[in-house]
Amino acid sequence: MQDFTAAFAEAFRLLATLDAELLEIVGLSLQVSLSAVLLAALVGLPLGALLAVSRFPGRGAVTVLLNALMGLPPVVVGLLVYLALSRSGPLGVLGLLYTPTAMVIAQSILVTPIIAALVRQTVADLHAEYDEQLRVLGVGPARQIGTLLWDARYSLLTAMLAGFGRAIAEVGAVIIVGGNIDHVTRVMTTAIALETSKGDLALALGLGLILVGIAVLVNAMVMGLRATAARAAYA
Amino acid sequence: MRDDSRMGRNPPPIEPETSVAQSADSGPDTRVTPLRGEGLSLARGGRRLLDCIDIELYGRGVLAVLGPNGAGKSLLLRVLAGLIAPDSGSVLWAGCAPDRARATRLGFVFQKPVLLRRSVLANVEYALASLPRNLSRSGRRQRAFEALEMADLGALARSPARVLSGGEQQRLAIARALSLRPELLLLDEPTANLDPAQTQHIESLLIEARNRGTGIVLISHDREQARRLADEVLFLHGGSVDERTPAGEFFRSPKSAAARAYLDGRLVL
Repeated sequence: MQDFTAAFAEAFRLLATLDAELLEIVGLSLQVSLSAVLLAALVGLPLGALLAVSRFPGRGAVTVLLNALMGLPPVVVGLLVYLALSRSGPLGVLGLLYTPTAMVIAQSILVTPIIAALVRQTVADLHAEYDEQLRVLGVGPARQIGTLLWDARYSLLTAMLAGFGRAIAEVGAVIIVGGNIDHVTRVMTTAIALETSKGDLALALGLGLILVGIAVLVNAMVMGLRATAARAAYA
Repeated sequence: MRDDSRMGRNPPPIEPETSVAQSADSGPDTRVTPLRGEGLSLARGGRRLLDCIDIELYGRGVLAVLGPNGAGKSLLLRVLAGLIAPDSGSVLWAGCAPDRARATRLGFVFQKPVLLRRSVLANVEYALASLPRNLSRSGRRQRAFEALEMADLGALARSPARVLSGGEQQRLAIARALSLRPELLLLDEPTANLDPAQTQHIESLLIEARNRGTGIVLISHDREQARRLADEVLFLHGGSVDERTPAGEFFRSPKSAAARAYLDGRLVL
């Protein structure tokens, strides 16, 4: 009990003094996860929208697959990216293994299905509402997708925040492809795992508190977005 | 009986073979029926919902489409607007198969207005951006404001469209459709859920559009509204056209037994 109290006290001290090591880890975590979400959004937004509005054989199967991929185990993604980026792998020549870029790739693979599936559902609902109106106006497919994405923008931001929540909190993929190298690929989740195993609970707790804080912040932003959308009658 | 004096108009006679495609001073006869359906049939779940309907719609006058529930009125309008493909038969817009480039020659107003999650003004500007002949940004804005002023919505131009009242939303939907200056405006029970004042407002809008040369096709369950507005009545029953008659004649002495029962307020089976 004494140890826990001391650990919490030390964790708060690290936070209050803006400890350099702690800030470095938090900064890299945010950089990796935000980049991954951006990359995932570039793929997930048009993919989800296209699935929502287009009709082709096998569309149902693709949707089921996409929804299933939302629950991809991070360690499996980490393993697959590791195999692809390892020296003997197809992308080994790029030399990306154990770099933040590898971590971005792994996290974006995890997040893309989440964003695409949420976007598909949101855009499909809006498409059901707008479809006939847009067709009587002679709106073509490309403009339709643009319209749906723009008018669903608040919900899409929520989808991206959900993706960010998943990325920032995962540990399995980044520890495999990043290697948890100090000052290079150490992020909050991998640092917490390492420091806990070493018995250095203060840094682990400090990072844990920040992680929980980020989760709370993301949820607050989601609620704020919904309230803004409702106020502006865009919901 | 239509109250033309209240509406401030002098209804022109129906000239079925004349289209707005023909200008008054045009040389050769270029008459094209804006909208024609030939042999339109549609069945769902073993039920025949449209039964070999032939129909021509002209770019002038008000045609009221009447009939009991399930007669196929909304379905017919959707087929004619190219929203639903018939099982058999064909739809021709100005003599051609429906295509996106011609879509704005028809306006369509749904019973429940579908408004984009944007401002009132942006809703109209969005529609104007669909015109094949590109208007400049300032041209679109000016035309959008004109349409909104016509519908008494100018003061609400910057408001989010979806906070408007039901009547205002329907007026916006009509203003948006009319801003495209369509040859024909198809309306599916546009005043079904509105109070008498809003209904009158919308009827005035339709009369104004009609006087400007837009043909109006109006589905309504309100027989008094049809009396007030219609130049001609199309009566549908069981997925087929029972009769198409000048409005005065229809309300005086409908030809079909089903239409007589409908006007008497009896159940039409």
